[in-house]
Amino acid sequence: MFLTYLFRELSNRRKQTAIIATGMALAIALVIIVNSVAGGVKAAQSTVLESVYGVGTDITISQTQTPSSTGGRPTFTFGSGGGTTSGNSTSLSQSSLTAARGTVTFADTALATVEKTTGVKNAAATLSLQLNDFSGTTTQQDSGTTGTQGSGTGAAQQEPTGTATGAPGGGTGGGFGGGSFSFDQTTVSGVSVTADAVGPLTSVELTKGRTFAASDAGKNVLVVDSAYAKTESLAVGDTKKIGDTTFKVVGIVTSTSSSSTTGSDMYMPLDTAQKVADLDGKISTVYVSAESSTDVSAVKTALEKALPKATVSTESDLASSVSGSLSTASSLVSSLGTWLSIIVLAAAFLIAILFTVSGVTRRTREFGTLKAIGWSNGRIVRQVAGESLVQGLIGGVVGVVVGILGVVIINIIAPTLSGGAASTTAGGMGGGTPPGGAAGGTGTGTEGGTTRGAGSFGAQVATTTTEVSLHAPIAVTIIVVAVALAVIGGLLAGAIGGWRASRLRPAEALRSVA
Amino acid sequence: MYTLKDVTKTYVQKKRTITALNKVTLEIPTGQMVAIQGPTGGGKSTLLQMLGALDKPTSGEVLLGDKKVSGLAESKLADVRAQEIGFVFQSFNLIPTLTALENVETAFARSSMSRDEQKAKSAAALESVGLGERGDHLPAELSGGQQQRVAIARALVKEPQVLLADEPTGSLDETTRDEIMELLEGVWRDRGLTFIMVTHDSSVARRAERRLYLKGGQVRDA
Repeated sequence: MFLTYLFRELSNRRKQTAIIATGMALAIALVIIVNSVAGGVKAAQSTVLESVYGVGTDITISQTQTPSSTGGRPTFTFGSGGGTTSGNSTSLSQSSLTAARGTVTFADTALATVEKTTGVKNAAATLSLQLNDFSGTTTQQDSGTTGTQGSGTGAAQQEPTGTATGAPGGGTGGGFGGGSFSFDQTTVSGVSVTADAVGPLTSVELTKGRTFAASDAGKNVLVVDSAYAKTESLAVGDTKKIGDTTFKVVGIVTSTSSSSTTGSDMYMPLDTAQKVADLDGKISTVYVSAESSTDVSAVKTALEKALPKATVSTESDLASSVSGSLSTASSLVSSLGTWLSIIVLAAAFLIAILFTVSGVTRRTREFGTLKAIGWSNGRIVRQVAGESLVQGLIGGVVGVVVGILGVVIINIIAPTLSGGAASTTAGGMGGGTPPGGAAGGTGTGTEGGTTRGAGSFGAQVATTTTEVSLHAPIAVTIIVVAVALAVIGGLLAGAIGGWRASRLRPAEALRSVA
Repeated sequence: MYTLKDVTKTYVQKKRTITALNKVTLEIPTGQMVAIQGPTGGGKSTLLQMLGALDKPTSGEVLLGDKKVSGLAESKLADVRAQEIGFVFQSFNLIPTLTALENVETAFARSSMSRDEQKAKSAAALESVGLGERGDHLPAELSGGQQQRVAIARALVKEPQVLLADEPTGSLDETTRDEIMELLEGVWRDRGLTFIMVTHDSSVARRAERRLYLKGGQVRDA
């Protein structure tokens, strides 16, 4: 009788059933789509972050940059005889390996502290460096007294490659007749040769040669990003000079994400990096994976306690550093999408409740009669709640189908999102001001030195941009939650409607229609 | 047997207190057919609701046999209505979405009978009121007289001790009225149940063994 009565009522009130089910379906579909897209955006953020921080990294540890804590701008100092003079031209060339702009180095004893922390599964330290290559030619003016070549100091500024021509200076002595300079900057990561579970090399794929082995510790070997290798025409077995040290290329790697480049242009053993950069015992980042994803927050707290001066960031902290359309999508999903879902869900619940209560009011005589012939309040409440529950379930099922359809359409379209993640492995160089004119000679025959004008750094931390196709996953849990929401909505409406029906006194219910 | 002792029922409507029943004392023996008459607003329906355990008196006692109905909780009142009392209403009060047979089945609110047994008994009840062939019809597909027959079948299918009818012929034409009254009288005689009806129709009231007249909330034998 319960089911017969229930389905007869619902089929007889098709319009009301359709309105309640449609409202519920819309809300459920939105919940599924928003959650799936949120999952997709989160996965995309992880992909972007992995391209920088490596796969499996739950936490990164670095030190906060303060104005005084960073290394100075790369400086190239040329004394007299610092270049090679041929006729009126002097060629200048110098390279330096320094801590990456925007990073702060700290003692590598932090790694041992991290490894001892409860909940830490793997940890690896890296030293982020930048290789600065400065080269150029100056020309000496013919007129004037020939003096000794002066000394010049150039502070490279923001552009990775810059060319500037100075105006001839005037003076009584030999003057600066112009020049051409170039500046290249390359990112280099010193990585642990034994830790392969976490760190920058987990987001790369070996395409040629080999990666590091334990025996590479302290050796002058390089693993090179494929894009950089192509630019520099480097192959496995070639050598590459960094500063005064010659390295052998042992492997070529590519990014496992859709990014065309890996987190760094070149990788070398950590101890080698410390040695050639004159940063013995220093590291710039520790990558950590937790034993369980649920432990991340607790591990973060423990690490912050163990390393009070360090900046400990989880993936969710890092997600906020993702920029670009991915960031916009994330904001849209987390703000507009979530609120829209909540509002539509609340509206659907309200519609269901109002229609149910209105239905109960309209059926006052019906319920009064049923009470008069002996139906208990509980049975009437069950009947009303059952009807609402089925309406909610119909909406839930339709909503799940529509929601899945929506997610499938999104996945077919697969919109491309670009995300930029702040990386501490590369320092960017902005446009510098052209060199100033040379100071004139003083008559003592000394050529004025050239000084490159001081520009200002743009971003202190470089951004690695990655393009990711949005794939919205459909999780069973989301579907279960969506159906549960529909059930809750139906039960809520049924409970309120049933409560109202149970409050009808049979005598008054019958009298009200008499 | 029904026993009413000093039963008073008051209502508050728009800040006015209305006394529908005023210290009514009454005894109705088991198996008696009683007609209650009186002017509109005289308290007829209120008295029927007290007898039918649909409402409780403001003061006084209502006893069905030795059971004090006026002192029972709502759930117990529902038990009394489900097991001991059958109702017939002026407007038939059938569930419009259920067939005639299903409407009769609704009377088994608290029965431990199997669904098949309920169906069989309901079909037999419909047969007994002359609607054996109309069990799968919706109320809207039946005439007024047929709908009232379904309502009578619903009231009788659980074999109650008491049959209460509120203007059972009030919505019917004369011919149908007489058919329904013959049916009800036949049931009353055959089953030996107590039959109490409220009616404005004197020709219907004259069929009863006993006629009560209610006016101003007070009752007297007519």
